[in-house]
Amino acid sequence: MAKMRGSIVVDAERCKGCEVCRVSCPTGTIGMAKEVNHKGYYFAFPEHPDLCIGCANCAMVCPDGVITVYKTKI
Amino acid sequence: MIVATGIKDIIKPENLVYKRSSVMTDNVLSYCPGCGHGTANRILAEVIEEMGIQSKTIGVSPVGCSVLLYNFLDVDMQEAAHGRAPAVATAIKRLIPDSFVFTYQGDGDLAAIGTAETIHACNRGENILIVFVNNGIYGMTGGQMAPTTLPGMKSSTSPGGRDVKTMGNPLKMTEIVATLPGTYYVTRQSVHTPANVRKTKKAIRKAVEYQKLDRGTCFIEIVSNCNSGWKMTPVQANKWMEETMFPYYPLGDIKIPEE
Amino acid sequence: MKKELRLMKGNEAIAEAAIRAGTDGYFGYPITPQSEILEYLMEANPYETTGMVVLQAESEVAAINMVYGGAACGKKVMTSSSSPGISLKQEGISYIAGAELPCLIVNVARGGPGLGTIQPAQSDYFQSVKGGGHGDYHLIVLAPSSVQEMADFVELGFDLAFKYRNPVLILSDGAIGQMMEKVYLNPPKPRSTEIPDWATTGKPATRERNIITSLDLDPNGQENFNLKLQAKYDEIRKKEVRYEEFQCEDAEYLLVAYGTSARVCQKSVQIAREQGLKVGLLRPVTLFPFPSDRISELSDRVKGILSVEMSAGQMVEDVQLAVGCKVPVKHFGRMGGIVTTPDEVVDFLKLKIIGG
Repeated sequence: MAKMRGSIVVDAERCKGCEVCRVSCPTGTIGMAKEVNHKGYYFAFPEHPDLCIGCANCAMVCPDGVITVYKTKI
Repeated sequence: MIVATGIKDIIKPENLVYKRSSVMTDNVLSYCPGCGHGTANRILAEVIEEMGIQSKTIGVSPVGCSVLLYNFLDVDMQEAAHGRAPAVATAIKRLIPDSFVFTYQGDGDLAAIGTAETIHACNRGENILIVFVNNGIYGMTGGQMAPTTLPGMKSSTSPGGRDVKTMGNPLKMTEIVATLPGTYYVTRQSVHTPANVRKTKKAIRKAVEYQKLDRGTCFIEIVSNCNSGWKMTPVQANKWMEETMFPYYPLGDIKIPEE
Repeated sequence: MKKELRLMKGNEAIAEAAIRAGTDGYFGYPITPQSEILEYLMEANPYETTGMVVLQAESEVAAINMVYGGAACGKKVMTSSSSPGISLKQEGISYIAGAELPCLIVNVARGGPGLGTIQPAQSDYFQSVKGGGHGDYHLIVLAPSSVQEMADFVELGFDLAFKYRNPVLILSDGAIGQMMEKVYLNPPKPRSTEIPDWATTGKPATRERNIITSLDLDPNGQENFNLKLQAKYDEIRKKEVRYEEFQCEDAEYLLVAYGTSARVCQKSVQIAREQGLKVGLLRPVTLFPFPSDRISELSDRVKGILSVEMSAGQMVEDVQLAVGCKVPVKHFGRMGGIVTTPDEVVDFLKLKIIGG
């Protein structure tokens, strides 16, 4: 059975670190950075990129639309 | 510019699943981190793009946190005075009947100062979409009590919690307008989880279709967090919203067309 | 094409002229003494003939906001009310001026303050000319004194509104609104299909989105905008002053009056002349821009000026500003909805200006 592998790109400068994407991620891919962006927010990033299945839940809930999602079959 | 990226091999145009709609401008949203307004704005833009109605859309923004909506959506827009958006939209739709007209209003705007305009536009069955973002508080002006604030809920003008005896009960505008024959589709949704975002998008798509039918007002309430006003983190606020707001403002369709 | 001659009420003339001027929308609310405007339009049902939208709104507040929405789409839209209703509209009017939108507002004024009376008055001069709503703006104010002018000023009002992208107010009163006179009506003009490039009509791919707003949180931006508005009002002051003179050529005493008071004063001039007094009348047609220059010129030749207005004295302040200290300026007017009589004016003139 084919498996979906995903990859997200987070525009870390626009991210406001609200964490709503992190709690919506079903695989635990997303974490919050330990560094801040130029606005002072701890931005979201794919901490465990191997776990991403490209479901786009994160992008769906992101209030600022900072996440772009890619997905492919393996 | 820091960009946080996943596995690079997968990042190819043919693998694209989701990106922010082109109907959103490049302006950074002025909302607080985690605010439901951002998500609501975004999915409105997505529906406008997906349904190809950008050149027919005329929106009306309110006074409130979303006063600058016209900086975020790439459509023709008018700023309305506080509460008056349904009256403004009435004229737009009557004068340009084949446009897609929506108002986007907060709870102070729609349920306090704008109660008359809301009720009467719905009562006349104006063929517009009213998007009502309800976070139970006046966000923009610093967290004052709104007509939709829950009993016991603290705000800057109800520091001891809303006292029903002197301040009245929360108003359920959605249920009120659903009783009017002029409304065609009335629903209450949220945008705090992916599943709810998908449902809300579906509701907005329906409203776009229904507006072409000329059968009355579509009214979509989006119960939202206001983590700044409620003094919580966005994730905490969404949880609190589920536990405390949803029992009073239950999600779901309140009025659907008979067909 | 020929004009049509009819015998009509002032209010009806406004309504009929609106249809003939190709108005796109009228949004109104009942209030005495101007409800006939809405009633006439509902009866005439121009939606069937010209496509003109006529809507009875739920309040004067809603009506002015409907005007805002329609005006922002580049349409010819108007509303009407009477004094207390015009008070309600002030927020909306300020927004319309602040967004530089064209529209027509008709005030068939009645006595105030508060609920007042339904009888005519001219106590809304300050409200009309000095602001009314908040912020630094001005309305172009036209003051009809006959049913003919009620009709004529609709098209003139819209022309000025679109020329300057500014709201225009027709300041009438209950007497002119209710009286019946002969009126020559223009042949009907079709509604315009031209769309101003600033209007919100749905953004095509060929242009940037149009935003209609009066908000600018950046103080420099807001100041620049206000300077732009002030420059506009200066241009209006230079180019759009309108007034009428009656027997001013050899006048030794001047009456200044508009609307119903001007009709009364025309008779007062005749009475005074019969008594050997050389009195003239200057009737401002535009209250903003006010004919200050002309009044100042006349004050070089006359010995005293009486401003006659059915109020406690509002226009007199602008007359005083125009005249300075050159000659005495006084006000005479009845209030409470009472219309001044010509004899009263002459008596007051003799007592306070000539005699004094």
